Amino acid sequence: MEPGHGLARNYPAKPKNIYLFATCLVDQFAPGAGMDTIRLLEREGIAVHFPEEQTCCGQPAHTSGYPDEARAVARRQLGLFPEPWPVVVPSGSCAAMMRHEYPKLFADDPALLAQALELSERVFELTEFLVHVAGFRQADLGPACTVALHTSCHARREMGSHETSAALLAGLGRVTVVQQARVEECCGFGGTFAMRHPDISEAIVSDKVASLRESGAERVVSADCGCLFNILGRAAKLDEIAVSPAPTLVGEHIASFLWRRTGGAEQ
Amino acid sequence: MNQPMHFHPADGFAARSRAAVNDAGQRKNFRGAMDFLQAKRRAQFPDADELAGLRELGATIRRYSLAHLPRLLEQLEAKLTANGVQVHWAENADEANAIALGIARRVEARRIVKGKSMVSEEIGFNHAMAAAGIEALESDMGEYIVQLDGEAPSHIIMPEINKTRQQIAELFVDKIPGVTYTEDVDALILIGREQLRRKFAEADIGLSGVNFAVAETGTLCLVENEGNGRMCTTLPRVHIAVTGIEKVVEKLEHVPPLFSLLTRSATGQAVTTYLNLISGPRKPGEKDGPEEVHLILIDNGRSQAYGDELLRATLQCIRCGACMNHCPVYARIGGHAYGTTYPGPIGAIVSPHMLGLDATYPLAFASTLCGACGEVCPVRIPISDILVRLRNEAQARPGSSDASLRGSGAARTKLVSAIWRGWSLIYSRLGLYRLTSWFMSRGRALSPIEQGAWTRSRTPLIPAPKRLRDLIRERKP
Ligand code: SF4
Repeated sequence: MEPGHGLARNYPAKPKNIYLFATCLVDQFAPGAGMDTIRLLEREGIAVHFPEEQTCCGQPAHTSGYPDEARAVARRQLGLFPEPWPVVVPSGSCAAMMRHEYPKLFADDPALLAQALELSERVFELTEFLVHVAGFRQADLGPACTVALHTSCHARREMGSHETSAALLAGLGRVTVVQQARVEECCGFGGTFAMRHPDISEAIVSDKVASLRESGAERVVSADCGCLFNILGRAAKLDEIAVSPAPTLVGEHIASFLWRRTGGAEQ
Repeated sequence: MNQPMHFHPADGFAARSRAAVNDAGQRKNFRGAMDFLQAKRRAQFPDADELAGLRELGATIRRYSLAHLPRLLEQLEAKLTANGVQVHWAENADEANAIALGIARRVEARRIVKGKSMVSEEIGFNHAMAAAGIEALESDMGEYIVQLDGEAPSHIIMPEINKTRQQIAELFVDKIPGVTYTEDVDALILIGREQLRRKFAEADIGLSGVNFAVAETGTLCLVENEGNGRMCTTLPRVHIAVTGIEKVVEKLEHVPPLFSLLTRSATGQAVTTYLNLISGPRKPGEKDGPEEVHLILIDNGRSQAYGDELLRATLQCIRCGACMNHCPVYARIGGHAYGTTYPGPIGAIVSPHMLGLDATYPLAFASTLCGACGEVCPVRIPISDILVRLRNEAQARPGSSDASLRGSGAARTKLVSAIWRGWSLIYSRLGLYRLTSWFMSRGRALSPIEQGAWTRSRTPLIPAPKRLRDLIRERKP
């Protein structure tokens, strides 16, 4: 998918049922964000179905130069959503993978391609779904606070969901969104890039941490766990090095932030 | 100094990029320069719809030109020949230099003055001329500075972008006799000009690049800001233009949209100071212009890209440099770390065709695939898709249908392939995934605190005590 081009899409009416594709990172490392996603959707009157067989979208292999391995994994996910319900993904990056990369991965197999194209049409990033399909409009019940929004590059350039994340935050009356410098720049994660080019990755994420701290925001929220782990992990490491008594940067998945602000109990 | 021709940028990319990110001074220079160029470009495109429309038009013109490339090249040659321009074809860098050298010998040239040309860098022109005892002097201010310092350009539009004003001032004092130290930009430019003016008069040959070659009219378009390009192509008695075979467009009216995209994307200028349209040598009765004009059309691996449906888009490039100006990796490591003539995202996707994928594949991996490059590319090259494809090629099994390029398979190792096969097995078999993820959660206390590159810069990533699938199951009545 070419970034920033032809992102406009048609949205269905609010459905009764959806599938949740939670992503491997949320399943293993941030299940709280997954639970908050479910709670947010259920409160909108939508039944959430979690196909047990789901694992990973296949992106790590896809971006590392292992298309066969990516296809093997992606192919498993393709068959998990038999009903014509929307598939909601609490990650712009994984949503973009399923929406834009699956059709490319299966371009040479007509049957799988048809399946990939059909799925592509009903894959939605969480904030995109909340704004455009669920019509999310919950009152902000939290105390006044400032946040910075970090949007993953794929969310921004392939899903356009920086706008829906921002819209959700703007809908919270007592939350002030502050803009960090170079807001649209990558956080330096890039999947296996962080392992392959640790020095460059560290340089990029350190700058991201600095701009978020300088923004003065009390916390950073993002709809992508990969970026969050990278940014917060780097900030925590810098705190360790500086022997900082308290974390200098805190953050969470936007689903958890939204759930808490709009009256959801902390679980 | 130009790069040796068989330079393997793959060697040492990691070390060079590490050194570059640790060079605080250079990091600051690049950051400042990138911020400046990004702001300049942004100011040129206030209207998103206008930009989208113009990019679409630019991309269409370039795709159309490539779709008809063989016919347009023939037409270009015929038209140029009719205009009195001598057209030469070069398969690779050596051939191109040999042709230029042949012309230089015939006209007994001793000095060549050059306008800015990345293709001349690509083929190692200066080096080849020097080896034959011919001086090739850069007359573009940025290229002149780079040449004075014995360096290669670190950016395709602003070759000296890695240097501060102070560094340039010191360089001038060091290399130009009789110069006193000044940091005043205008004064520095005057010093450079003074040196160059003298050389123009002495040059036998002027060498230039080409931004667009128009097939229908046989016109060579040259975009520049300093006027040195015009001097190079009019003052010396022979003008040689060098360019890649992809630069052709069909009609003159295809030039204005591309010109507009180029100047606005590159330097954030609505127009450049000069747009030279060259259509032939001096005609009888004309007062100036060269007696001979030559065009050397260079393939140098472009045919390989041309033959592939996706990779052909690489040749749409108009060399604006916007992709590097917006690249988070380029901003951190600068141009020299790449080791190729063309750095940044365009360098990563075009260099494999020129130098072989075996020599260049690390560049394809030196990207987070953030997509900033493709987003700003004025001719809509799907750079991220091409990077992914090159990664696949680099790790393809040699001899398999996935290995289609020169040097494909060079990155493949048994160990890494086995790791990905294992990964794929785990994530495509639910039973295996359940088992491994269950162990990771239950055994989280045993999670490694040392996680390689990750924990060198970050705190460790520890699995949650319960997976999402466990939490969901527990909550069901
Ligand atoms: S790839 Fe696109 S952005 Fe990069 S130099 Fe070429 S035309 Fe410009």
